Amino acid sequence: MKDLLLIAIGSALVNNVVLSQFLGLCPFLGVSKKVETAGGMGAAVIFVITIASAVTNLVYTFILIPTKLEYLQTIVFILVIAALVQFVELVLKKSMPSLYEALGVYLPLITTNCAVLGVALTNVQNSYDFITSVVNGVGISVGFTIAIVILAGIRERMEHNNIPESFKGMPITLVTAGLMAIAFFGFSGII
Amino acid sequence: MKANPVERLINGIVKENPTFVLMLGMCPTLAVTTSAINGAGMGLSTTAVLMFSNLIISALRNIIPDRVRIPGYIVVIASLVTIVQFLLEGYVPAVNAALGLYIPLIVVNCIILGRAESFAAKNGPIVSFFDGLGMGLGFTIALTLIGACRELLGAGQIFGQQIMPASYEPITIFILAPGAFFVLACLVAIQNKIKMKKPESKIAQVSGGCGDCSNCGNSACGSRSFFDTTVDDK
Repeated sequence: MKDLLLIAIGSALVNNVVLSQFLGLCPFLGVSKKVETAGGMGAAVIFVITIASAVTNLVYTFILIPTKLEYLQTIVFILVIAALVQFVELVLKKSMPSLYEALGVYLPLITTNCAVLGVALTNVQNSYDFITSVVNGVGISVGFTIAIVILAGIRERMEHNNIPESFKGMPITLVTAGLMAIAFFGFSGII
Repeated sequence: MKANPVERLINGIVKENPTFVLMLGMCPTLAVTTSAINGAGMGLSTTAVLMFSNLIISALRNIIPDRVRIPGYIVVIASLVTIVQFLLEGYVPAVNAALGLYIPLIVVNCIILGRAESFAAKNGPIVSFFDGLGMGLGFTIALTLIGACRELLGAGQIFGQQIMPASYEPITIFILAPGAFFVLACLVAIQNKIKMKKPESKIAQVSGGCGDCSNCGNSACGSRSFFDTTVDDK
């Protein structure tokens, strides 16, 4: 139990997926203009990564290992993730229209979020068992959500600030992210 | 569009440089550029994948049905990435160890799927091959440049050679995570500055940044459903 908690905190805060491992930067920088959309993206990511880490773990343990096809992991995982995203979208559309409305636009974008594939591969690399994989997935995606919501909050505030002309847009966002990364170094003391 | 190999090469390196102009593939750009050699290694691996994925996809462009083209492209790209990963593991284990997780993640690099969708699917194999080479080299140059900046500031070296005088105190933060953001921010800002000086330049300020990446998501990778059901059969 204690180990699981440590893994969750470690992947959410200490080794924050965006700020220290640089996974999922595209949505992090692209969909962080407003807190609301950032929250939506975060929720969609939590949802997909949790399911994806569970499914890829099962696929790896029960299909790839018995058939000795471990070297196909990259191909299999990306296809599983892409199909899964599509499937989740269809299921949500039918059974939970309100949730689908909220997450709808973000779901397809997640296929290209390298955090999802990244989590699946890290789980295999560290040979986590099923429960640990899921906990790691939840931790990582919560970390992503924390980071993207904070960045969106800061960007909303910065909108009306006086920024040097050449730093407008992307550069100032990158500087903000850099400062956040420094701030997140502070968490490395807790484990 | 008249496309010849040389024009494609220059286009990829200068006019549509994937990192500085299109702002695609940010994850590896920031993650592996702790030193110039890592940046170059990542860039060259991506170039290899990009050249052959463009070649294969372009050769198969009339065979792959439109509806399942995205999964088709992904399978081609993922197979190539797996091959590259094994080659690196076998011949240059040091680079493989340094790049680690980011090698398999080449699969989800927007540049590759983006080029497959926007160029290779519409043009002949030879031109597509050179388009991939140009784009890949543009990416490699950008990564090496960022890597060199970070290595110089963070360790006083470039490609492992001591450049700065011994009295220089390395600013370690530049080889840690935050430094990646700062260096890229400065490089983009410098680029914006240069662009602003010549207003006749057609390309607007790089403002969308990775917003463009979500455009890539829109056009190639994401928004369009994975199994595309909206496209009419041709």
